[in-house]
Amino acid sequence: MRYLPLTETDRRAMPKKIGALSIDTLFADVPPEHYLDGPIEGLPLHASEMAVERHMRALSKQNLAAADAPFFLGAGAYRHHVPATVDHIIQRGEFLTAYTPYQPEIAQGTLQMLFEFQTQVARLYGCAVANASMYDGSTACWEAIVMAARLTKRHRVLMSGGVHPHYVSVAQTMAHFTPGHVDYELPVLCSSPGDDKLIARIDEETSCVVVQYPDVMGRIPDLPRIAEAAHAAGALLIVVNTEPVALGALEAPGKLGADIVVGEGQALGVGLQFGGPYLGLFAITNPKHVRQMPGRLCGETADADGKRGFVLTLSTREQHIRREKATSNICTNSGLCALAFSVHMTLLGEKGLTALAAENHRLAGLAADRLGKVPGVSVLNESFFNEFTLVLSKETRPLVRELAAKGILAGVSLGRLFPDGEGRENGLLVTLTETTSEEDIEALAAALEEALA
Amino acid sequence: MNQINQSGWKPGTPVPTDRGGDHPTATGNRALMLEEPLLFELGTSETCGVDLPEPDAQAANRLGPLARKSAIGLPGLSEPETVRHYTRLSRQNYAIDLGLFPLGSCTMKHNPRLNEKVARMPGFADVHPLQPVDTVRGALGVINELAHWLIELTGMHGVAMSPKAGAHGELCGMLCIRAALEARGDARRVVLVPESAHGTNPATAAFAGYEVEDIPAAEDGRVDLAALKARLGPDVAAVMITNPNTCGLFERDMKAISDAVHAAGGFVYCDGANFNAIMGRVRPGDLGVDAMHINLHKTFSTPHGGGGPGSGPVVLSEALSPYGPLPFTARIRDGSIELVEEENADQFGHTHSFGRMAAFHGQMGMFTRALAYILSHGADGLRQASGDAVLNANYLLRSLDDVLDAPFGKAGPCMHEALFSDHGFAEGVTTLDVAKGLIDEGFHPMTMYFPLVVHGAMLVEPTETESKATLDQFIGALRSLAERAKAGDEDLKSAPHHAPRARLDEAQAARRPVLAYPELENT
Amino acid sequence: MPRYFTEEHEWIDVDGDSATIGITDYAQGQLGDVVFVETPQAGTQLGKGAEAAVVESVKAASEVYAPISGTVTEGNATLEDEPELVNSSPEEDGWFFRLTVADAAELEGLMDEAAYKAFCEGLD
Repeated sequence: MRYLPLTETDRRAMPKKIGALSIDTLFADVPPEHYLDGPIEGLPLHASEMAVERHMRALSKQNLAAADAPFFLGAGAYRHHVPATVDHIIQRGEFLTAYTPYQPEIAQGTLQMLFEFQTQVARLYGCAVANASMYDGSTACWEAIVMAARLTKRHRVLMSGGVHPHYVSVAQTMAHFTPGHVDYELPVLCSSPGDDKLIARIDEETSCVVVQYPDVMGRIPDLPRIAEAAHAAGALLIVVNTEPVALGALEAPGKLGADIVVGEGQALGVGLQFGGPYLGLFAITNPKHVRQMPGRLCGETADADGKRGFVLTLSTREQHIRREKATSNICTNSGLCALAFSVHMTLLGEKGLTALAAENHRLAGLAADRLGKVPGVSVLNESFFNEFTLVLSKETRPLVRELAAKGILAGVSLGRLFPDGEGRENGLLVTLTETTSEEDIEALAAALEEALA
Repeated sequence: MNQINQSGWKPGTPVPTDRGGDHPTATGNRALMLEEPLLFELGTSETCGVDLPEPDAQAANRLGPLARKSAIGLPGLSEPETVRHYTRLSRQNYAIDLGLFPLGSCTMKHNPRLNEKVARMPGFADVHPLQPVDTVRGALGVINELAHWLIELTGMHGVAMSPKAGAHGELCGMLCIRAALEARGDARRVVLVPESAHGTNPATAAFAGYEVEDIPAAEDGRVDLAALKARLGPDVAAVMITNPNTCGLFERDMKAISDAVHAAGGFVYCDGANFNAIMGRVRPGDLGVDAMHINLHKTFSTPHGGGGPGSGPVVLSEALSPYGPLPFTARIRDGSIELVEEENADQFGHTHSFGRMAAFHGQMGMFTRALAYILSHGADGLRQASGDAVLNANYLLRSLDDVLDAPFGKAGPCMHEALFSDHGFAEGVTTLDVAKGLIDEGFHPMTMYFPLVVHGAMLVEPTETESKATLDQFIGALRSLAERAKAGDEDLKSAPHHAPRARLDEAQAARRPVLAYPELENT
Repeated sequence: MPRYFTEEHEWIDVDGDSATIGITDYAQGQLGDVVFVETPQAGTQLGKGAEAAVVESVKAASEVYAPISGTVTEGNATLEDEPELVNSSPEEDGWFFRLTVADAAELEGLMDEAAYKAFCEGLD
């Protein structure tokens, strides 16, 4: 077996050297009636690299890759061009095969990268402090809700209908098992994100208001107004962002009144990967709240000789020290995805992110104009960034499958996200990024024309 | 205060070293070791390492009133500067690719590059989680094939694939237990956790809404079965047991523990962090376990990546499977394994799910890697890997127990990790000093000060990745350090002397936290 | 002004019906460098044995329990910015909080300095 360096001679000699008869006798504490004395039956035996690669390639080929079709999906996972440099750097063994940097003298590479990542995220979100990443956007969102409950000592969570339904579902699941309860109403197929109705539901029991920006239908809620209303009631504003590129074109939530900003960082550097691993981003505007934050934090300090260096810090918040009193049970973060995000963001810089956002928005505007002209199609949104909702004259779910069979990945049907109907079944969420060409837009328009005729 | 600083870990302000005094350089660089400024000291807001179209001023703006007006403050680097910045940083890291990384309970084994190659196949890397199901049959095939292996290797009934990491998996298992208890109207409040458990165990139980109580350990480092039995009762929802445990020992009484817990109406959660020791040798399902997470980033070689991402599928007993989260992989009536999501939950009868734990389908990129690893080993290779891992750990234990105190070493063989204490070190020399000494010897330190139940603990897990020659070199280094620690070698107290940095001032970092670069320069 | 000690390594100075509480030199030595202290707010009612404060070193966090019942009159605000006072002056400037003594009888059974010293020697 190519991954195992011990030789058969070693396997005979080493037990003898330590007074054991064989490897099997080292398992003497396993009750004999439960000890398996050979490979589990019915499972294949070891295979060569070539054989495994062949098997996996066959599975891979059963999928339609985004690059092989006009592609318009978003809804919390975005396809952007990832520069080749990103993948090269995350495959350097010193990053790929290092552990959590608990020994800072020999982990300054990971630590400095995390410090830079935290700073990039804090600036992108307009916040004071960001952590070293969470599992993904949906779990970061729930952690923010728990943090808000700790800070306000209140338990009513008001979630906007514009929040991604998977994120809502995670919060509802977790709330069921904790003192919190989630107040959520399904979104209405309407051009405005429904800020007034949301504001009317804020009360003195509300710990936090959770708003997605841009929302799951691509609409852009009026954060300053919601923030003002939330703060007047003593509640915190949690802003969720699933598309970081949008913040190249939109004002940062932290500058618009958000107290906690969380999001999905996958769009930069990470790739689609059928849903994971992704990258949870978590930041706060008030640095005094840092001891209530979940997750790892990297901080600056100096070594014994006075040289600048970085360490994981404030770890008494965390499970490995605080155990049942920890701010969260989280241990693992998304370190390598954070590296991918950070490298991509470094390559872009302010100039590149601004240009990338502008290009995404330009293409989305073109697509909205073109697709809105298709008979039986109207554009729902007043405002949007790179994602908007179309309302079609018929149910979109079967139509999306029909177009997929023709090799066009047309978008995400709202019926898939919200299976309960009420008009949403005719909604189609369409996303444009720099990877979408004008020919792709034309192909989608033509396919819709044909399907809706 | 009670139990002040049980583990004995109290890093102090580091002592200045004498290096830097010898042959200083103008740059601070030392040949191949290059000092690297922060990105925020290098980059500018006008530098860009990506070619993009110039923004079109004529394009209609549909952003509304919140269009950005102020600067973000993000410096950029050109492509060559970017490559150098991160390459220089990377060289300040220790990694498995460089050498032995014997972190106990972390299973730092070789990360095969085939895994990386298959994860990047376009059919896995470039598919969207919400594509129509007919366009992602192969991706679902990977999930189902991996699920099948995990079920067979553990002897369990079902598996929840979506948890994002070990602790997330623990939470999944505990929520299944809570949902099962709620379904029978049973409001049990207490979860029993041994003191030697990973910190995530009590944190998870608390997060799931339970009160945590300690299970006492017996003299031999294992769960005290009699004491456990005496504590069981109608208020105990579950026990959380790590097996093999964090002292590196197999819980011989596991089946008896499970039987007693079940008889008292509770469930058994097993922390599977140490599954690498028993893979293909014993199946947790045969020992009465109801739920166990599997760290794909430990046992099944997906890369640790400097702290993540992980992946923590949870295998479940027949009693708990109906409550598993969505999406869920279940064995259906004809014996085949199906992926169940919200939209087909009714069709497969998975109607008692406690809900969703994360967006989308879980850590697909880790599933492809883990499956490639498993297929490469096969049933025979996995069994050989656990055998080699246990052999390597015992070889270390027996080659060092004459110079280092092995608190549970007398009782018999260990599993995949060897545990030592600081007993016998000279006054003023600590486990931390020995760990830092290992850095100078070219090894990553072992896990230190864990488990808490052993003072100055050193938990060494070599894994099956290490050759005998590497083990012998490591044993030589650790023997030398043990002798220096016993002799009170002053030089050890300021180790490491050859790393990119001397000891860092952690107290300063925590007292006055600096968690972001303060202001943008060069813009 | 009598000073009492507890087995949980706290000291209590009693002045009339006011008590000042901190952790002992032995305790700070066990903890190592103290990096953070959270003291109770004035007005907090504490029962004997209730969690009153938290003290953290880099790698450990411990709760400080109220050795006697009472109402908090003041937490030591200086510790917020200078937690290191707990190391440099544990039994004077590094005090944690003050409270009004609810029941002086609770002081009975606590140790005096000599008894505490003997107690610590027994621990090592």
